[in-house]
Amino acid sequence: MPATLPQIGLLKGLALTLKTMLKPATTAQYPHVKPALPPRSRGVIALMEENCTVCMLCARECPDWCIYIDSHKEVVPPKDEGARARTRNVLDRFAIDFALCMYCGICIEVCPFDALFWSPEFEYSTYSIRELTHEKEQLRAWMDTVPAPPELEVGAELPKEIADGLAAARKAAEQASAAVTAAADAAPAAAKEGAGPTATAVEEDIHVEVQIDQAVFDQLIAEGKTERVARAKAKAAYVRAEKARIRAERESGQ
Amino acid sequence: MTDTLLRPGSGMLPGGPGEGMLVEVRGEGELRTQDMNLNIGPQHPATHGVLRVVIDLDGEKIVRATPVIGYMHRGFEKLAEARDYRQIIALVNRHDWLSAFCNELGVALAVERMMELEVPDRAEWIRVLMAEWNRVLNHLMFVGSFGLELGAITPVFFAFREREDIQGLMESATGGRLHFTYTRVGGLKEDLPRGFLAASAKMTRNVRVRNSEYRDLLEGNEIFKARTRKVGILPPDVALDYGVSGPTLHATGIAEDARVTEPYCRYDKVNVHVPVGATGDSYDRFQILLARIDASLDIIDQVLDNIPPGPVNVKLPKIVKAPEGEIYVRTENPLGQGGYYLVSDGKKNPWRLKMRTPSFNNISAMSYLLKDQLLSDMIAILGSVFFVVGDVDR
Amino acid sequence: MTESLLALDNVWLALLLKVAAIVGFFLVAPLVVGYIEHKGLAHMQARLGPMEAAFHGIGQLPADGIKFIQKEDIIPANADKWVFSLAPGVALVPAMVILAVIPLGPGLWAEDLDTGVFFALAVSSVSVIGILMAAWSSASKYSLMGGIRAAAQLIAYELPLVLGAAAVVLQAGTMSLVGIVEAQNDFRILGVVPMWFVLPQALGFLLFFVASLAELSRPPFDMPIADSELIFGHMTEYTGLRYAFFMLAEYAGIVVLSALAVVLFLGGWYPLPGVGLPSFDVLFLPGEVVAALAGFAVTMGKIVALAFVMIWFRATFPRLREDQLQRISWLAFIPLAILNIVVVAVFKVVA
Repeated sequence: MPATLPQIGLLKGLALTLKTMLKPATTAQYPHVKPALPPRSRGVIALMEENCTVCMLCARECPDWCIYIDSHKEVVPPKDEGARARTRNVLDRFAIDFALCMYCGICIEVCPFDALFWSPEFEYSTYSIRELTHEKEQLRAWMDTVPAPPELEVGAELPKEIADGLAAARKAAEQASAAVTAAADAAPAAAKEGAGPTATAVEEDIHVEVQIDQAVFDQLIAEGKTERVARAKAKAAYVRAEKARIRAERESGQ
Repeated sequence: MTDTLLRPGSGMLPGGPGEGMLVEVRGEGELRTQDMNLNIGPQHPATHGVLRVVIDLDGEKIVRATPVIGYMHRGFEKLAEARDYRQIIALVNRHDWLSAFCNELGVALAVERMMELEVPDRAEWIRVLMAEWNRVLNHLMFVGSFGLELGAITPVFFAFREREDIQGLMESATGGRLHFTYTRVGGLKEDLPRGFLAASAKMTRNVRVRNSEYRDLLEGNEIFKARTRKVGILPPDVALDYGVSGPTLHATGIAEDARVTEPYCRYDKVNVHVPVGATGDSYDRFQILLARIDASLDIIDQVLDNIPPGPVNVKLPKIVKAPEGEIYVRTENPLGQGGYYLVSDGKKNPWRLKMRTPSFNNISAMSYLLKDQLLSDMIAILGSVFFVVGDVDR
Repeated sequence: MTESLLALDNVWLALLLKVAAIVGFFLVAPLVVGYIEHKGLAHMQARLGPMEAAFHGIGQLPADGIKFIQKEDIIPANADKWVFSLAPGVALVPAMVILAVIPLGPGLWAEDLDTGVFFALAVSSVSVIGILMAAWSSASKYSLMGGIRAAAQLIAYELPLVLGAAAVVLQAGTMSLVGIVEAQNDFRILGVVPMWFVLPQALGFLLFFVASLAELSRPPFDMPIADSELIFGHMTEYTGLRYAFFMLAEYAGIVVLSALAVVLFLGGWYPLPGVGLPSFDVLFLPGEVVAALAGFAVTMGKIVALAFVMIWFRATFPRLREDQLQRISWLAFIPLAILNIVVVAVFKVVA
């Protein structure tokens, strides 16, 4: 390589470093300035203990097997006599070994009961690796740091629950506006006759003490229905009749 | 004239126990010379990770070089036999950790093709977007580290500044800065957050401006040119013999790119520019790196114009099982061509998942490249043959 | 031979004061340059540099010094003990000795030798021996290779350094450094425009500066200590206080060679070509002391500016390969230096 004298490329490089020196640095001084982390940031896994039904899906799906779950079954006495006793899973221990955890998020994804969440909290380092296994109290405490999920991008498909809710709300709004226009049209025509079908819109404040309509009860027993079913239907029939009677009384009284 | 070759313990692995001198006794009247056996690595600032190169030196000239790999073997392919496909996706992005998404993509594509799953349009476009951002991330890293090895200590900070910004963007979408675990069989884990596409567009503009800064600092620098021109020339036929792919191959003049020859995701709907070099030396490889960053940014701009609305994943059965059979998928990872050979026996774990990783072949060309080079040039060559040790050893 | 400000009647007291001044300057000035390197390099790389030690990192280098002092003293088992221990000293002491002749202001020198330039350049070559001692005695392949490269490089770049200085001596007509500064003050281009030697001898200045970069093993000439290849060259096996001495030698070398360049080319302590120093009485300080302080400030400013350029080069340029820098020296710099001398000689005779 023949000896070359300095040329323009070297000077351009010098100009660039000088220019960078005169601009402010991009460093954020961490302990004094905390980073602004996005909501989906995978810092630590938080557990909503109340939602957990100990289905063990997370422990099964974890690629590292770093979730340790202990539970036992409890028998819950029935509310009413003669009913079946229920059994319930009670969570004894839910620990995640963050030394093994590879922060993949599969446990959070598979949980069917929304008990596990991501949190951007990352300042939980310890001096000993054994202390990196966190129990359910700490995991529950981290729930306070879980942010709301971000809005999805324009064009994204909304989750089913939100989409259904939005559709229902839209339909209700349409109905309400249609009803309002209908009422506005019909208002000069029917002032009081609209009491019947629009009664559903009027606040019902009728209290009826529940009793059994004996006639309906006997009829249903004769038809062969069980006592429980017959009792329920008889009660409903009685209440319906009473409410209708009181409504009629009120209107005739008005 | 007598030529005696005394090699203590010949027949054992280079650098093995009793690493000795290669003593060559030449004929009468010649000076006795001793070749020095030097071990570069496995812990060395120059090699990216735990790569070991055993070189025989004659003064400053390298007589023979042997890369020794395996220091980072983690048994991924064996692990994959005991994991289901979502767990494999979480593990596979630990290979080429500079561009993790591209690894995940290959595995997901393999499973989807075996199951003949129809992936939603939006998911495929976003996959292209993410893969190209990963390509930019990967190449930025090598831009910085190549300069660092040659003594230019500033570009690496600039490159990492860009990487930080892009990683922040990826974190807002996937939650991770390095290991994304964003792909799933049948699409993506979840959709992008609000503002991601706008931020993406802004970021391409920024990175383009900064790319021109790297051109000033390194590509146009006479000292850099003097260090890398005509150093480590890899002829195209030798490259093909070794199975080299990616930017290292493109520098020799061969434009073999799996995005163009076997398009996957939506690469057939996008204009993919493959920059090609002329001579195959280290300078060409570096130039191609910068050109590829620009090309990826162009692809990202095209994708941003084209993402359709819609879902990003399909309803999968509770346990994803690939049907019996085998499949081979080729993807263009940033470092070269990645191959994913999946053999399934119908269960939820694969029977065998073999990965053809590009770095493995790229560094096998090292023994050719380093022959008859000076020791100082070895650094330029090591830095210019792009590899990630996790990708080499799996 | 002009008298220094510190030339008192009592020879021993004067000696003590001079030694104290030199050692003091020698210990403090490299810290200043080191701090500028930390912060300047950092901002050129879009980062902040040391911020936590004291105010914006001023305490970083003293803290590093204290840290080095308390480290374990390790000598490799195969090392040549005495040579290994003495090498940092041999690299460090010449820098201190050169400071004895360098004038830092009017009257601020220890001794103004008639052969000042010759003395300075000769002593600066002694530090090469220190590097070779370190490389050989470390009993490590990396150190040895670094030492070989260093020896070759330093020998190659001695000549442009010396020839650049020789052209200045030719123009000034004296080898005394104080005499050279005064000659620059008296120099007039075409008899009218006052100018220092940097302008008529721009080529010589450039050669001197680049050669001093190579003498100090600073980028782009830092192949001997290329840390991506040879860990740290001849200093690989050094820890603790000995390592600190090597680092001090490097920064002191920057200060000393910058000071030499300032004295030879940039007009020494004169603020501007043709402008003298204020020498009136301020408060209780006599005129000479005021001039001395002002001159010292000017000299330090110029030294810092040159050191900044060295740091700027470090931030920007990759390193040159061994054979390339040898080629540049022997095939480009030395012919140019000789050309420079010829041109200066011709002008000296003609004009």
